[in-house]
Parts: sequence; structure tokens; C-alpha cells
Amino acid sequence: MKVLVAVKRVIDYNVKIRVKPDHTDVDLTNVKMAMNPFCEIAVEEAVRLKEKGVATEIVAVTVGPKAAQEQLRTALALGADRAIHVETDERVESLAVAKLLKAVVDEEQPDLVILGKQAIDTDNNQTGQMLAALSGMGQGTFASEVAFGDGVEDGYVRVTREIDGGLQSVALKLPAVVTTDLRLNEPRYAKLPDIMKAKKKPLDTRTPEALGVAVSSGLELLKVETPAERKGGVKVGSVDELIDKLKNEAKVL
Amino acid sequence: MIRDQETMQILLDSIRSFINEALIPREEEVSETDEIPEDIISQMRDMGLFGLTIPEEFGGLGVTMEEEVNIAFELGHTSPAFRSFIGTNNGIGSIGILLDGTDVQKSTYLPRLASGDILGAFCLTEPDSGSDAASLRTTAVRDGNDYIINGTKRYITNAPHAGIFTVMARTNPDIKGAKGISAFIVDSDVKGITIGKRDKKMGQKGAHTADVIFDNVRVPASALIGEKEGVGFKTAMKVLDKGRLHIAAIAVGAAERVLEDSLRYAMERKQFGRTISDFQLIQGMLADSKAEIYAAKCMVLDAARKRDEGLDVSTEASCAKMFATEMCSRVADKGVQIHGGAGYISEYAVERFYRDVRLFRLYEGTTQIQQVIISRNMIREAEA
Ligand SMILES: Cc1cc2nc3c(=O)[nH]c(=O)nc-3n(C[C@H](O)[C@H](O)[C@H](O)COP(=O)(O)OP(=O)(O)OC[C@H]3O[C@@H](n4cnc5c(N)ncnc54)[C@H](O)[C@@H]3O)c2cc1C
Ligand SMILES: Cc1cc2nc3c(=O)[nH]c(=O)nc-3n(C[C@H](O)[C@H](O)[C@H](O)COP(=O)(O)OP(=O)(O)OC[C@H]3O[C@@H](n4cnc5c(N)ncnc54)[C@H](O)[C@@H]3O)c2cc1C
Repeated sequence: MKVLVAVKRVIDYNVKIRVKPDHTDVDLTNVKMAMNPFCEIAVEEAVRLKEKGVATEIVAVTVGPKAAQEQLRTALALGADRAIHVETDERVESLAVAKLLKAVVDEEQPDLVILGKQAIDTDNNQTGQMLAALSGMGQGTFASEVAFGDGVEDGYVRVTREIDGGLQSVALKLPAVVTTDLRLNEPRYAKLPDIMKAKKKPLDTRTPEALGVAVSSGLELLKVETPAERKGGVKVGSVDELIDKLKNEAKVL
Repeated sequence: MIRDQETMQILLDSIRSFINEALIPREEEVSETDEIPEDIISQMRDMGLFGLTIPEEFGGLGVTMEEEVNIAFELGHTSPAFRSFIGTNNGIGSIGILLDGTDVQKSTYLPRLASGDILGAFCLTEPDSGSDAASLRTTAVRDGNDYIINGTKRYITNAPHAGIFTVMARTNPDIKGAKGISAFIVDSDVKGITIGKRDKKMGQKGAHTADVIFDNVRVPASALIGEKEGVGFKTAMKVLDKGRLHIAAIAVGAAERVLEDSLRYAMERKQFGRTISDFQLIQGMLADSKAEIYAAKCMVLDAARKRDEGLDVSTEASCAKMFATEMCSRVADKGVQIHGGAGYISEYAVERFYRDVRLFRLYEGTTQIQQVIISRNMIREAEA
């Protein structure tokens, strides 16, 4: 079984985000970048499937600038067999990413595509769903468990999904799309010798043009602002004072 | 020399995440129990941290000196006890074999050291021979195809856990100085070896040192490093020479950690209605620390690059070791000061680091010995 894993280069989750003074975007100069944490979980799941003998080949794919190859190399160090870099310096929205991934899916014909449920930069939570729709595959989003065999019919995957108030199990006919939630697994640290070896694994580059996808945006980014600073609270002396303030100051009662 | 910038970046990121997520949260536990938990040791093995400096053909990473110091900057950010546990395999416990061992010695021991299967320890210091290592008294007397080793080694890092020892012993009693010394690889389970009880140290709890006592320990002649007598002191000096830049880099990392902790504290702690980082006297300590760390880092990187180019960096390495370790103690002292009373209380890591980093100025050549080396080199050069 072939697994395609999508990974995204985002600001490292430890970094305190700064907005550019002119509010046109987030300031990325000299900011530490890393693999999106949900994508790390996706890679880990693929590697575990390979270790269990379910997957035979793992292909990592990313859409982004040249520097995003670092995240592909990380995926290769963690256990992906080869990588595909769709290189573009444009700001690519979810729909365009989904179209590019669809083109890669058409080429690669994977049995399973694993993506993070969202990327921590734009928090869109839609690429996986859009890819499933575009390619006509079933989707299991917010996965907390991905199961093969063990009572699951051949040619199917059972995905346990985290939904409000509980868990839902869906059986998806392969090929299928899975997006990962936080509790699916705990990603490992790459072995240092594997990081050295990752350099020697194949990494192919494609362009959106070659894949026949226009990445031009239907959205215009108007303004980026930092969240409003939390104003200091006040201590109230009594319940009466609280009620009074809620009535007369906050005017919510 | 960094062989591949991107690979190096991934390597450093990976080590940094491991340190931040797996090691720093366990520092207090290690310091209180005086043990590194087994699960952490096995994670360090899995990651390949024992074989950083051992060549790839023996299962290690074969990092260059510049790569090694960059990794050491990162490792310095957490308790030196963790570094000490992997330190001997990457340093004094393996380099003798790597530099001067025969092919058979290398292929016998290096793969097991690289994987962390066994730990290597380095036995040079003795009760009556420290800085003056060439005066060591442990003897190795030839007996047919064997040598018989007798003597006591002191403060040996990782001795209680070691699988092999690199032992410097006198094979020629007629030569009192360095030329009478040879180096041996001795398995720790050979009859006649006793490990003393663990030394009670000022800091670096979790890292263990002890005496190693050799009482008529019989080893085959094939245990002689390089199968050559009389060059053991040279081997030991080469080992320490390389180790100096590593220790200097660890000291830089530790100073960075202390300064990060101190800056965070200063920006949170309020006195006189303001955060103490508003006070210029605190700012002075922060800035002095920053500048000194930067200077030491530049020295370490410069010396490492020169060593990778094949230049003799004896002077530079000693300068870097001396400056970086002394700097680290000054930064730790200021770190305690910035923390006020809290800096004297164990709840804050700075109290522990203050004690931990004191060692850097003592082992692998005290500061005074570095001064001796540097000035001796200066005079020798001027005379030439
Ligand atoms: C925690 C720890 C771990 C260690 N691990 C190891 C290990 O794994 N293997 C190993 O072999 N050793 C190890 N050592 C030993 C260490 O290398 C020695 O302690 C160190 O070399 C100093 O020797 P000494 O303690 O005998 O001090 P001494 O040599 O007695 O020095 C005492 C003082 O005299 C000064 N001094 C000595 N000679 C001169 C001189 N010529 N000019 C000016 N001043 C001088 C020194 O600088 C120092 O200030 C370790 C020590 C410690 C504390
Ligand atoms: C072991 C121990 C025993 C103690 N015993 C007692 C006791 O018996 N009774 C008691 O009452 N207290 C006691 N203390 C408290 C001690 O007196 C305080 O810790 C000390 O006064 C420093 O205050 P602080 O810890 O709040 O540090 P802070 O006042 O927070 O100081 C932090 C740092 O900021 C600096 N700083 C603060 N203000 C300024 C400024 N305006 N300009 C420049 N720099 C500034 C300080 O010099 C220090 O470097 C004890 C403390 C310890 C550690």
C-alpha cells in the first residue's frame, strides 16, 4: 500500500508571532520555521503503518518555497521513502493546495493520503476535505485512530474521529483521505543517523504550471493585526458589588 | 566545516526539541535522585546521541569539529549530567581508540560505543597525579603475551557504568616522564578491577565518578592501543586536545541557558513597581553576560573551523576552553544575582547550574594548565 503524506512549513510553534509594522502580514524575517505539528502526526502515522507492514511506500509532499525542502528532509529522516516538492513562492490558499495535491494524487495513485487536520499558521482546516471532494475519495477527518485488518474489511480503513461529545467510527473505501488530530499518536524524534541519510533519498521538484494548476488567489489579504491585549481584571469585594457592576458597567444583566 | 547546512539545521532542530521536551522537564528529577532515568538513556540511544563523533563506517555520525561544537552549544542548554552520560563515548572514552587504535581495535569497540551499547571511560587521573599527568604511577608490566596492570585511577567519569576503560599506565619504569606511558583498552569485567563508591560531588548530580582500582589485572598485548608502547601519553594529550573545544562549547550553551532563565526572570519579577529588567544595574549584568557569551562562541567556532581545516589549534583550543569556562561561571554568578534570593533556592535552575558549571574550569585541564599551555606555545613560537 502506498501512502502519500502532506507536510507544511509553518512558523515554529514556540515562536511568538509578530505582525509587520504596516499590518500587511505576519513578520517572517529571521523567524524559526518548522513542520506543522499536525503534519508531524501525519508522518508518524504513515511510518507506523509501514512498521506494521501495512504500508509499503511513503511519499511525502509539500507545497511551498525552496526552503520547505527542509520539512521534506525531516519527513524523509522520520521514515518517508521519497519526497515531492511542489515549488512556489506564492501565497497558496487551501483550495489551490488541494488542487495541487489532487494532481500529485493523480500521478502517484496512493491508497491513502494523510494530512494534518489544519496548519497552525492559518488554521483553515479545509485542505483535506477539499482534496477528498476534488478527487472523489472518502474522508476521515480529525482522526484519533487509523485501523487496518483487525476486523476491518480488506480494501477499507477504519478511522475513529474526534467529534463534539464523543467518537465516531467510519469505514472508508480505499483510496481515502485521513486528517490527523492531536491524539492520534505521539511523533518520535528523528534518529540522527537517519537525518544524515535523508539527504540521499530522492526528492523530486514540480511546479504548479507543470501540474496544470493556477495558484492565483481568489482572496485578497487586507490587514493583519495582533489579538487585542487582554485588559487587566479587577477584584470585587462582594457579590453585591459584582451584580452592580454586571448591571451598570458591563450592562449584561 | 559544516558539510550540509540543511542537514545540520534539521539535526540541530531535532536535538533542540529533544532537549526542550524530553530533558529539561526531567532536570530536577535527575538532580534529586542522582540518576538519569532508564527511559531517557534509551531515548538517547535511539536517537544516536552516543555516536556523534564516531565515523559513519562504525555506525556513528562522524561529525566535523564545527558540527560537534554546534551540537554541544545545544546540549549545554540542559543539565550537564545528561551531556556527561553521552559525553565519554563522544569524547575521552572513544577518541583514543579512534585516533591511535588498530583496525581491529576500532572495529571491535567503536560500533558498540556509537550505539551506546557500552559506555567508555578514560582513566588518566590518579590520587597523586592530576595536572601533572605524566607523573602517573599505575604500572603495566609485560608478562609473556600479556600485561599486568596495577594502580588506582581517580574521579573517573562514568566508571560505574563503563564497559571499557582507556587506561594510561607506565610500561617502562625506567622512564619517569611521558615517554614511559602506554595506553590500554581494558574491559570493565576483567578480574581484578574494582570500582570505588561514587564520589559525592558539588554538582552535576546524575553524572557519576568513582575510583577505578586495578589489582593485578591481566590483559592481552592486543589491548595496547595501536599495539605500540611509550606513546600512551601522546594519545591521552590528543584526546584532551579535542575534548577542550567540546567542553568550551558546552560552557557556552550552559551560559546561554542561564542567561535565558535570568532574562525571563528579570522581565517578570517586579520590585519598586517595575520589572527589575527596567533597572540599569540589572541591564548591565544582562548585557555583560550576553557579550561574553558571544565572544566565547566566536572563539569556539573559529577554533573549530581551523581544526577542520587541519591547522594546529592547541593554543586556540586552550584559549577557548579557558575563556568559555571562566565566562560561564561569571554568567552563572550574575544569573544567581539577578534572581535575588530565589537564585539561592533550588526551585530555580540557576542555583543548580551555578554549581554544575563550576566543574568546567577544573577537568580536562584546569584553567591554570590552559594558561601554562598557551604561554608555553607563545614562548616556543617566539623562540623559533
Ligand atoms: C567530576 C570530575 C570528573 C572527572 N573525570 C575524569 C575522567 O573521566 N578521567 C580522568 O582521568 N580524570 C577525570 N577527572 C580528573 C580531572 O581531570 C582532574 O581533577 C584535573 O585534571 C585536576 O587535577 P587534580 O584534581 O589532581 O588537581 P591538581 O593537579 O592537584 O591541581 C590543584 C591546583 O593546582 C593547580 N596547578 C597544578 N599544576 C599547576 C601548574 N603547573 N601551574 C599552576 N597551577 C597548577 C591547578 O590548576 C589547581 O588549581 C575528573 C574530575 C572531576 C572533578
Ligand atoms: C537563605 C536566605 C535567607 C533569608 N533570610 C531572611 C530572613 O530571615 N528574613 C527576611 O526577611 N528575609 C530573608 N531573606 C530574603 C532576602 O533578604 C531577600 O532575598 C533579598 O533582600 C533580596 O530580595 P529578593 O529575593 O526579593 O530579590 P529582588 O529584590 O527581587 O532582587 C532581584 C534582583 O534585582 C535587583 N534589584 C532590585 N531592585 C533593584 C533596583 N532598584 N535597582 C537595581 N537592582 C535592583 C537585586 O539586586 C537583585 O539582583 C533570605 C533569603 C535567603 C536566600
